[in-house]
Amino acid sequence: MTGGISKRIYKIQFALLSPEEIRKMSQVKVITADTYDDDGYPIERGLMDLHMGVIEPGLKCATCGGKVDECPGHFGHIELAMPVVHIGFIKELKTLLDATCKACGKIKLTDDEIRSYREKFDQLSLSTSDPEIIGLMSKKVTDEASQRMVCPHCGTQQTKIILDKPTTFREEGIKVTPKEIRERMERIPDDHLVFFGLNSEVARPEWMVLTVLPVPPINVRPSITLETGERSEDDLTHKLVDIIRISQRLRESRDNGSPQLIIEDLWDLLQFHVTTYFDNQTAGIPPARHRSGRALKTLVQRLKGKEGRFRSNLSGKRVNFSARTVISPEPFLSINEVGVPEKAARELTVPVTVNVFNVESIREFVKRGPEPRDEFGKYLAGVNYIIRPDGRRIKLTAQNAEENSKRIEPGWVVERQLTEGDIVLFNRQPSLHRMSMMGHTVRILDGQTFRFNLAVCTPYNADFDGDEMNLHIIQKEEARAEARIIMKVQEQIMSPRFGGPIIGGIHDHITSLFLLTHNNPLIPEDETVHILSYLDIESMPEPVIQDGKKFYAGRDIFSLILPKGLNLQFTSKLCTGAKEKCEYENDPADKLVYIVDGKMLHGTIDEAAIGSFSGEIIDKIFRKYGPAETARFIDRMTRLAVGFISVRGFSTGISDYDIPESAISRIAEISAQAIDRATKLIETYRQGQLQPAPGRSVEDTLEIEILSTTGMVRDESGKIASAYLGLNNPSVIMARSGARAKMLNISEVAGMVGQQSVRGGRLNRGYYGRTLPHFKVNDIGALARGFVQSSYKEGLNPLEYFMHSIGGREGLVDIAVRTSRSGYMQRRLINAFEDLKVDDDLRVQDTIGAVIQFKYGEDGVDPTRSDRGETVDVDYNAFDLEQEAEQ
Amino acid sequence: MGKFNVLQHDLVPEHHVVPKSEEDKVLKELEIAKDLLPKISRSDPAIKALEEIHGPLDTGTIIRIVRRSPTMGYSTYYRVITSEVFK
Ligand SMILES: [Mg+2]
Ligand SMILES: [Zn+2]
Ligand SMILES: [Zn+2]
Repeated sequence: MTGGISKRIYKIQFALLSPEEIRKMSQVKVITADTYDDDGYPIERGLMDLHMGVIEPGLKCATCGGKVDECPGHFGHIELAMPVVHIGFIKELKTLLDATCKACGKIKLTDDEIRSYREKFDQLSLSTSDPEIIGLMSKKVTDEASQRMVCPHCGTQQTKIILDKPTTFREEGIKVTPKEIRERMERIPDDHLVFFGLNSEVARPEWMVLTVLPVPPINVRPSITLETGERSEDDLTHKLVDIIRISQRLRESRDNGSPQLIIEDLWDLLQFHVTTYFDNQTAGIPPARHRSGRALKTLVQRLKGKEGRFRSNLSGKRVNFSARTVISPEPFLSINEVGVPEKAARELTVPVTVNVFNVESIREFVKRGPEPRDEFGKYLAGVNYIIRPDGRRIKLTAQNAEENSKRIEPGWVVERQLTEGDIVLFNRQPSLHRMSMMGHTVRILDGQTFRFNLAVCTPYNADFDGDEMNLHIIQKEEARAEARIIMKVQEQIMSPRFGGPIIGGIHDHITSLFLLTHNNPLIPEDETVHILSYLDIESMPEPVIQDGKKFYAGRDIFSLILPKGLNLQFTSKLCTGAKEKCEYENDPADKLVYIVDGKMLHGTIDEAAIGSFSGEIIDKIFRKYGPAETARFIDRMTRLAVGFISVRGFSTGISDYDIPESAISRIAEISAQAIDRATKLIETYRQGQLQPAPGRSVEDTLEIEILSTTGMVRDESGKIASAYLGLNNPSVIMARSGARAKMLNISEVAGMVGQQSVRGGRLNRGYYGRTLPHFKVNDIGALARGFVQSSYKEGLNPLEYFMHSIGGREGLVDIAVRTSRSGYMQRRLINAFEDLKVDDDLRVQDTIGAVIQFKYGEDGVDPTRSDRGETVDVDYNAFDLEQEAEQ
Repeated sequence: MGKFNVLQHDLVPEHHVVPKSEEDKVLKELEIAKDLLPKISRSDPAIKALEEIHGPLDTGTIIRIVRRSPTMGYSTYYRVITSEVFK
């Protein structure tokens, strides 16, 4: 890069190309629709004429003499046999036709009106005023002129012009030909154009009707040669071929006096081709298609939309030094690492500049060639390319490696393959927050997938049902430094969204550590040793001797991974999560997690301790010991969890939801009672006896009453079912520890599914006055309005199943609507915040220095460092200080 | 019922006109040129309410806004009146 600004945009002017201008900038008048002759040489005055540029190596441009990469391309032109309207100016043409006189071409305003309006327009300058204001004024004036049916200048009676979309204008049913339109436009005096917002010097309205069509340079529409040797032309060239062919036929028919009908047909066809050449998605005409049936991609389609030039090639581009593949889990990797398959690592390179200090080692490196392995056949980084100081790239092969290694001198650049320890950026789309792209260090692994620690699923929102992720190799020292210091996973553990950890244990990690610490089980020595072999511990904890055998307590094992000096107490999820008073409430050994000097004295480890989003231990380790220690804790915590649960074993199944026959009949009983109660309520309502709740109609009151009745039985049935499902039940363990699902889900499976709803109310739509034809019209009883008595385990009857599907659909629709909306909002926000910068004084500014906030977030607080939005956690700090003082 | 004054609404922060004589002091304190201050449209309801009290306000007048803040107690913000209409 040369740096500095060589030119600045002073202004942008919008204008129309006049036919003369098109001819002037044209290098060749294209007259034949053919492209190449039999030898494959471009035909003169054809669409591939050499005057319009070259795309084939060896040939030279007939205009500038440049070779393939030197010639910028040049325009040609087509003389159309008859004029056609330009699809982009239909609206403008309509306004011009409506507001001007069909005979004299003047705007249909009296001289006085013209004078007073001209004064207003003179005050605004066409080139500097807000286009929107000019547009509004112009609309007002032209609307007024269009209303007038008699010309104030020549007295001609006017006729109404109707636009028959997309391109036909009709006057009292008779078509106004483009030729006629052009003549009318020519009659409009220069000084009346200002009322239409046109600058007469650069935009005459008759230029909106095309007589000459510019032919874009060949560089814009290159032909491609297929493997078969067959040549395939660009869509634009195809379209231009059509235009030339029809234009020729039209000219011939006109010149030898063919019937008017044939000429008109051809003229319409020419209009169609020119219209679709500009925009092949014009409403009202079928898109022009390729022989294969594929719609052609013409000018508008090249620019518009997500796949268009702007969004796909300018705002976002494809990048080199990146890889994409399926992801899979690897619990033995650190959260800071990413497993990269060898195949990818061999392709991805890091440039190393050779200097006097590294020249010898780089020579050794290059000598190894492009596919080196160590004595055990393990991957070693090789070199793919070496770049000479003059910029020439040399591809390294096993054959030329030795020789090239001798040529290397300081100043050369060597593109080295990825190696263990390189820092790379890892990303999963949609990139909704900054943790969607984090820095990882590379581990080269066997296999074909990217792998990472399960704790990192949360920030990426990844799972392994086929998700793919992208990897970017950093090419510069500054970027590598930034990635290490601010983007590395361990630096992103705290979320700026809520000031707590977003990286932590998930699913089995939580289940496992819950089982390890709840009621402090004793683990036999051999199992303990096996589990701890996954960790890098220094010494075994204090054993517990029972019946002459050595055991280790679960909490003592967990304490091994806690950093020394950690003091912490908090309530476990087991108790905070319970709806009613928790059965462990009175036993502090279960309720309170109590950690002193890195030793867990009592409590239960669950979601509240180590979960992502909530993990209290992770949070406090981060605050006291920083990112590196936290990463180490999470690494060891996930290893311990996986180790323990593999030894202990854990599984779930439908038998988790077995409850005694008596409970099932009890649930059936209360649900029958609920239906009765609803029926009674409805009866009361029908008799007009129902008392409305304050501020509500009787109907609303009835609905609320029924909803609360059905809601109550669902809760009740849940309670009945739960009474038989204790903490020895795997599903309950998962729900109570926060690993997966809620108690509600369990009661849905074992007890009763309950009332289905749409928008917070009972189901009520479908047929007239009923949800299904199985019910009587106006039946508003519990069953007719979506009350599901069955449990998932029992199975739903067809009617219940249908009701359930109605309720389920709401969720799906919600998600669909929400994602598309939040996606668009995200795009707008990112575009608005792009280039904003927080300076040393914490002031938020844009690129010109205009202030957005005087202090970041009004208080200068980094939400990442806040304690869930609060300044400081007083209780924790007090406890910590107290304990430290005691030690 | 009298005319509704937006400034009295609970969710609208305090808006004060910075007197011309204090402007230099404020700008110096903020170390900023006036045209780099955040803008407020003269058609903003808060400006209209202020004009009821102070009479017509020129474009270029600096408005001091005092907002309640859960972390700071309150925070001050400055905006300068422009004739632009924001859409
Ligand atoms: Mg998935
Ligand atoms: Zn050229
Ligand atoms: Zn006239």
